[in-house]
Amino acid sequence: MVPIKLDVALASLSLIFIYAAMAIYTISFLIFVFHIARATSEKKSIRDTSGGLQRAGFIVMGIGALAHGIGVTTRGISASRVPWANMYEFSISGSFLIVLIFMTALAVKEIRVIAAFVNAFALLVLGVATTTFYVQIKTLMPALQSYWLVIHVTVAVLATAFFNIAAALAVAYLLREWAWVQKSKNVLASLVRRVLKMFPDSAKLERLSYRFNVVGFILWSFTLIAGAIWAERAWHRYWGWDTKEVWTFIIWTIYAGYLHANATRGWSGKRSAWLSLVGFAAVLFNFTIVNLFFKGLHVYSGLK
Amino acid sequence: MAGFRSTRPSDHVDSEEVTSPDIGFRGWLRWFWRQLTSMRTALFLLLLLAAAAVPGSIYPQRSADPNGVTLYFQTQPELAPWLDKLQFFDVYSSAWFSAIYILLFVSLIGCVVPRTLVHAKAMVSAPAAAPKTFARLKAKAKFEGSENTLDNAFTELKAARYRVVRNGTEVAAERGYIRETGNLVFHISLIGLLIAVAIGGGLSYSGQRVLIEGETLVNNLGSYDSFSPGTFFKKDSLTPFSLTLKKFEADFDLQQVNVGTPTDFRATVTSKLSVNGKPKNSVIRVNEPLELPGANVYLTGNGYAPVLTFRDASGNVSFSGPVVYLPQDANYTSLGVIKLPDASPKQFGVLSFFYPTVAKLQTGALTSAFPGNANPVITMSVYVGNLGLDNGVPSNVFSLAVHGLKQVAGGKKHPKIELTKEGETVQLPAGLGSVTWDSTKRYASLDVDYNPAQLWIFMFAMLALAGLITSLLVPRRRVWVRKVAGGFEVGALAKGDDARLEQVVEELKVKLAIKTPKKKAK
Ligand code: HEM
Repeated sequence: MVPIKLDVALASLSLIFIYAAMAIYTISFLIFVFHIARATSEKKSIRDTSGGLQRAGFIVMGIGALAHGIGVTTRGISASRVPWANMYEFSISGSFLIVLIFMTALAVKEIRVIAAFVNAFALLVLGVATTTFYVQIKTLMPALQSYWLVIHVTVAVLATAFFNIAAALAVAYLLREWAWVQKSKNVLASLVRRVLKMFPDSAKLERLSYRFNVVGFILWSFTLIAGAIWAERAWHRYWGWDTKEVWTFIIWTIYAGYLHANATRGWSGKRSAWLSLVGFAAVLFNFTIVNLFFKGLHVYSGLK
Repeated sequence: MAGFRSTRPSDHVDSEEVTSPDIGFRGWLRWFWRQLTSMRTALFLLLLLAAAAVPGSIYPQRSADPNGVTLYFQTQPELAPWLDKLQFFDVYSSAWFSAIYILLFVSLIGCVVPRTLVHAKAMVSAPAAAPKTFARLKAKAKFEGSENTLDNAFTELKAARYRVVRNGTEVAAERGYIRETGNLVFHISLIGLLIAVAIGGGLSYSGQRVLIEGETLVNNLGSYDSFSPGTFFKKDSLTPFSLTLKKFEADFDLQQVNVGTPTDFRATVTSKLSVNGKPKNSVIRVNEPLELPGANVYLTGNGYAPVLTFRDASGNVSFSGPVVYLPQDANYTSLGVIKLPDASPKQFGVLSFFYPTVAKLQTGALTSAFPGNANPVITMSVYVGNLGLDNGVPSNVFSLAVHGLKQVAGGKKHPKIELTKEGETVQLPAGLGSVTWDSTKRYASLDVDYNPAQLWIFMFAMLALAGLITSLLVPRRRVWVRKVAGGFEVGALAKGDDARLEQVVEELKVKLAIKTPKKKAK
């Protein structure tokens, strides 16, 4: 095998772009928050002029996404491979994909209002990635040298992006349906109420969340199958209940439960929205806690 | 929202209207069966299955991490036996985990069979007649038409690949039957998958063998270091083949930021399918197993095997050959054990370290700085005493119980034994003779795996995926157009989620209204 040249200078440049993206996302986040504040104002005149702010927010977020995308791409080029072989890279690529899918999905008008949420999530992921997960570029160890790394992980990240948007919509839905928010005279409740006015109605939220989860579930099923095929090649068995496999299965089963809930009397609506959040919590748990603290084959320390 | 929430076809045999059971044993039985096959039970069992899978990721599992279990017993001697009784170290074959998924699959069968029958009937019958009133439909529209409207509606819907019938003043259409077909294919494939997994597991075997360069593995029970057969395994499932490890090579990265990361492992082997068969050369890599008829051979590990010769004081050879050293860290600081029960004047054992690229720590201890064989050194600690090999208790070849033995070399207090280059001979203390480091070989850990159901498993997985996609993404909807007082009305109802329902009605309305020449569309 020809040794792969690692380009350390380019990797540093990549990091600079990631930092730049964080700075720009911070600005767009502030614009979105400001927009929400204005759009929920008591005064109609202020409300009516808030649309421009949202547009400005999307433009700034788009510029942030551009920097983010350059950061991800240069990281990949610097190591001559796909930029998702460790947690740092998985985080920057994953959050980029989430932003990208969100920006594409803006064609669906109703999800514009979760911009602040998606923006904040991407910012948070990048923050954690650069501070705790950062590692120097490395060549891949043999078990990761497979086109399955491209297929399996890309689809997993995509699925995560869809689950994420669905979870955001489920949160909005649950807030909407929360009696306290609906009725209380508390200042906070009335504030939330006003923010929620910007969102589509409950039925629409529920449906949108369901649709994103459906796509996420299909992608996750594919991730699971692709993982099994890869495991057969790399670890001589298609399924071995390795911790990461266990959690992939758990997530799949929770979302299968979610789909059933939507077809079960008394379980659609709030309960299934909660299931969607439980599912997404498992996704996050799988990526953070399981990767960092659990023992298993997916944690590569070198082939022994 | 009714259309969205009750996502099952309305003609689905609904088994949830179960209230109080009939009296008598058969009544109870029927009641129980209905409960088991209800949607709510399926949901509950699915969530329970997810929850039951969690402990297997918290506690070490015998199947995936047997050493972890042993370690757990050592560190938690109080708790471990209790957890073991509850099968927490074998979660995925435990009685409780199995109970959940078996119940789930029984429920699944009970669910799928009647649904298949209902669906088969629906497939051959005409689309359902329109409801009396469209008041409860979410997607509906009124428009003025002409005498051709119903004909037009018929052709229009037919062209859009609906199944259409015309009854008097009404056109009824339905599309997307394949949604339910997909759903059934998906669920049935899951059953197929489970059966294939079970049968495959029963017929499978998996054998592990450490093969030193030059050694040959013959596919029979005796040649494996460890072997795990499935329940239905028979000796003659072992297809005859032999495999010789010609050469093992490893590449490690030398770049500044990445020194020592492995970049490639290659085991060059020749295989023969019968004693007189034609030998075939191949290379096994980590992601590229060798596929032989009846088994795949995987590369799962590797290390160094220095060739050592021990001679007693009068020059008689008591041991000679390659010794497998197990890597202890990423830089292949490796530990080897040699037992010499037949050495004279007394038996002794050796604990030995191999450093492929030796370096000194600040403490003065040796370590390896790079996994490649750049500057190798071997050190040894020698223990004399009864090795306990003749009392019939099987002992691990990779460990030496030094308890009760007397150390005579190595460590701080005893003479050092250090071999710094191949060909070197060093005298052992206490009249034990000498050791020579002849050369260094490499070894590969190979896994030979056979699972005849793998193709079936793959096919069912693909079928399930295809069924799933169809069932979730193809909308199933009914559309009706009929004549009413003052014009026509069109209405539609989806079974399950349908993003385009309103749009479809709107488009149909516009199309049908436009085809009415004189009158204006509403
Ligand atoms: C092994 C256990 C099961 C798994 C993993 C599973 C999984 C799924 C999934 C992923 C879906 C959504 C995709 C689709 O519509 O095809 C689904 C739908 C469905 N499942 Fe299951 N299922 C299981 C057992 C059952 C059982 C026991 C029943 C019967 C009570 C059942 C009845 C249904 C029905 C009626 C739907 C259609 C719901 C809809 O149209 O959205 N499933 N199932």
